[in-house]
Amino acid sequence: MNIPSTGSPVGFWTASAMIAAIILLSTTGEVLTAAAMKSIGDLDDIRAHSGMNGAIRAVVTCPLFFAGVSFLAIAFFALLLALNYLPLSLVAPASASLTLVTNAVAGKIFLKENVDRRRWTSAVLVCIGVYLLAH
Amino acid sequence: MAHHKLLPRQYLILGLVALCAPLGDTCLSRGMTLLPLVTLAHPLSLVSAVFTPWIGIGIALLIAFFASYLTALSWADLTFVLPATAFGNVIVALFARFWLHEAISLERWAGIVLITVGVGFVANGPSLTERPAPAVEMPAVASHQEAQEEQVR
Repeated sequence: MNIPSTGSPVGFWTASAMIAAIILLSTTGEVLTAAAMKSIGDLDDIRAHSGMNGAIRAVVTCPLFFAGVSFLAIAFFALLLALNYLPLSLVAPASASLTLVTNAVAGKIFLKENVDRRRWTSAVLVCIGVYLLAH
Repeated sequence: MAHHKLLPRQYLILGLVALCAPLGDTCLSRGMTLLPLVTLAHPLSLVSAVFTPWIGIGIALLIAFFASYLTALSWADLTFVLPATAFGNVIVALFARFWLHEAISLERWAGIVLITVGVGFVANGPSLTERPAPAVEMPAVASHQEAQEEQVR
């Protein structure tokens, strides 16, 4: 089954798999990167003490940061591949809105963030809003 | 020290997060649609795409996004920073309406309102999850050191 409204050359399931791959890879990358930045500490404070070079050194010497960036890089190439087959108006909102929800779940489970009712409501509102913007 | 209420400079960083990502994505889309279809049989053609002008500009904007995103993550939660990235969609839609004079449907206005309300919801809350003070672990470290000193004696 092709996507008739977009004239895309790939079927529904292939398009879904491409978007799911972007969501999974970018969620993993973002959670690892967020964990890395929390372990490093406030970059503004580090820059105030050790200058810009010190802040850059603190980031690039963190192994978790490289793990996160690796996943984000793979997610980027998955996005490029998807954009080659699917329109931006489908790929960007679909991946962005669903990534918000998967990140809220991952943030609660892996980063132990306080995802309270306010943040869940926000994630759902933004998710629906991004969906509506794509139409 | 983490700030639970944001400073104007930190709002500026979140603004850069919101602006650079959608502009970068738009450049990438424009660049990739100008290229012939890429197949999984020739994955290296994706690497050569990186050196085309539109994709180059898109990558530069995404690097600016990433630098501001990392800075924001160092003083705020992931679930606080992410809605700011979605707010970029609103900025692009407003650019399209008031600069390019494009028509925006009722659904899109509803989407803009929902995203704005959602981001406002998070922005009014604390930016960082409270953690127990590390001082709790200090006695354990101290007692470990005391035990080592005992052994030496």
